[in-house]
Amino acid sequence: MSLDRSDVEKIAHLARMAIDEAQVDDYAKDLSNILNLVEQLESADTNEVEPMAHPLHMAQRLREDRVTETDRRADNQAVAPSVEAGLYLVPKVID
Amino acid sequence: MHTKSIAELGAGLRAGEFSSVELTRHFLDRIERLDTRLNSFITVTSESALATAEAADQTLKTGDDTPLTGIPIVQKDIFCTRGVRTSCGSRMLDNFVSPYDATVTQRLLDAGVVSLGKVNMDEFAMGSSNETSYYGPVRNPWDTERVPGGSSGGSAAAVAARLAAAATGTDTGGSIRQPAALCGITGLKPTYGRVSRFGMIAFASSLDQAGPMTRSAEDAALMLQQMAGFDERDSTCADEPVPDYSASLNDSLEGLRIGLPKEYFGEGLDAAVAGAIEEAVEVYKSLGAQVVEISLPNTALAVPTYYVVAPAECSSNLSRFDGVRFGYRCEAPKDLEDLYKRSRGEGFGAEVKRRIMIGTYALSAGYYDAYYLKAQKTRHLISDDFHQAFEQVDVIMGPTSPTTAFALGEKVDDPVTMYLNDIYTIATNLAGLPGMSLPVAPVNGLPVGLQIIGNYFAEAKLLNVAHRFQQETDWHRMLPAGFE
Repeated sequence: MSLDRSDVEKIAHLARMAIDEAQVDDYAKDLSNILNLVEQLESADTNEVEPMAHPLHMAQRLREDRVTETDRRADNQAVAPSVEAGLYLVPKVID
Repeated sequence: MHTKSIAELGAGLRAGEFSSVELTRHFLDRIERLDTRLNSFITVTSESALATAEAADQTLKTGDDTPLTGIPIVQKDIFCTRGVRTSCGSRMLDNFVSPYDATVTQRLLDAGVVSLGKVNMDEFAMGSSNETSYYGPVRNPWDTERVPGGSSGGSAAAVAARLAAAATGTDTGGSIRQPAALCGITGLKPTYGRVSRFGMIAFASSLDQAGPMTRSAEDAALMLQQMAGFDERDSTCADEPVPDYSASLNDSLEGLRIGLPKEYFGEGLDAAVAGAIEEAVEVYKSLGAQVVEISLPNTALAVPTYYVVAPAECSSNLSRFDGVRFGYRCEAPKDLEDLYKRSRGEGFGAEVKRRIMIGTYALSAGYYDAYYLKAQKTRHLISDDFHQAFEQVDVIMGPTSPTTAFALGEKVDDPVTMYLNDIYTIATNLAGLPGMSLPVAPVNGLPVGLQIIGNYFAEAKLLNVAHRFQQETDWHRMLPAGFE
């Protein structure tokens, strides 16, 4: 599997991650090499194999639906880049 | 004081030979003098360490203590620590002061440990050499031109250089065991779910597990005792009783069945490393163990399977770093998309970006079945290999890493070559099994690690097997030159 510049740009957009223009070719090469490594999986016969989602095949534990957390908004927002009146600020989305 | 085991330090504290404040000052002094050579620390918390030590000295008098009370340790900078920067080795979290403690952090604090600080690591635990850290590479105390391994490279270097009595680490594909091997210390990755992941910054949630990195198995038992156990705040944490890990350390190994997987001794393994492992196996034979050759036929699938599963989970987990709620935000974003893209583009380093992109690609429309679903199936095959092996043997042994520590810069430009370092450790994570690394005879003055893999929740057995070896050998007591 070989990725080209436009593939890398498309994947970076899906991941919402800016990639330096000058590094796109390097990423294309590295990601292609990694995908070539991954392609070894094709040699394995998995027709009769169930996918493994959890190492211990455990069922998801459920808990009672009740409030357990206290309000820690102020603590949590103290580390935010920009807040005002308890709200997270981002650039204007709607004109 | 820095050469003593945790048990010996505890005895010294209780006999009044030294106080926890004196012990803490001793380690802080070593960090200040010696860490310029290693770069193992990201943050040293001298002030809070001394305050905690003072409190520990009081606790020791009142008798409300644990075996870890007053013992100075370090935390990998992946564990959230309230009021202390938790960077995860990334520019993204360089400014992040955690508003809460991880369960591991909390349990160790409750046990009375003194935290000397937060130690260096590969960015978001993605790396095998500690060269992807935003804070620069850690150097191996055995040869400072070489890597300490990764991702828990700071933990391994700090313990090997005796800058702390013990450390915490995390292991997603070998990140406790491989640096332990390359730095000549003892490291234990417990069974998936044995230790809570709450507050441990997530990389690949179905693989990540925290564990102790120490000078000996005896010390690891004391650390794990406090770290392990059910936590309702981690939905994947196992609700299994925690045995007394120190109680079975001296159990006899007479009749122990050791499996040596032939796939772990094939092409790619350095011949001198193989020799050191075989020599260690001979020690076990002299203790009454039986050796059985076994096969883990799907071993070759482990690295490719991992490089689908781990990046896929990482791309999902790291989507939370968006420049909005915490962490790095770019300057003057022109709109919301620009804010997301530049904050992530500038906040993450190259290896993290590569893995996010591989994961994004593998999970994208049209490719999910070919990559992620396929990898979940091969993961099952790998796991089944171990289930079959444990019908014949009690533990599996082999090398932790195919070579001794490599040179800084040697593999950093070639991700695939770097990934193959973890060829013997990755399968254990995919299967969710516990694994350990302990030092055996060095090769050309560089440490070599013996890996021991156990069945689910067999940490006590692993510690017992490792401890008996350390009763017969002195490799775990060796100190790197210049750090005596």
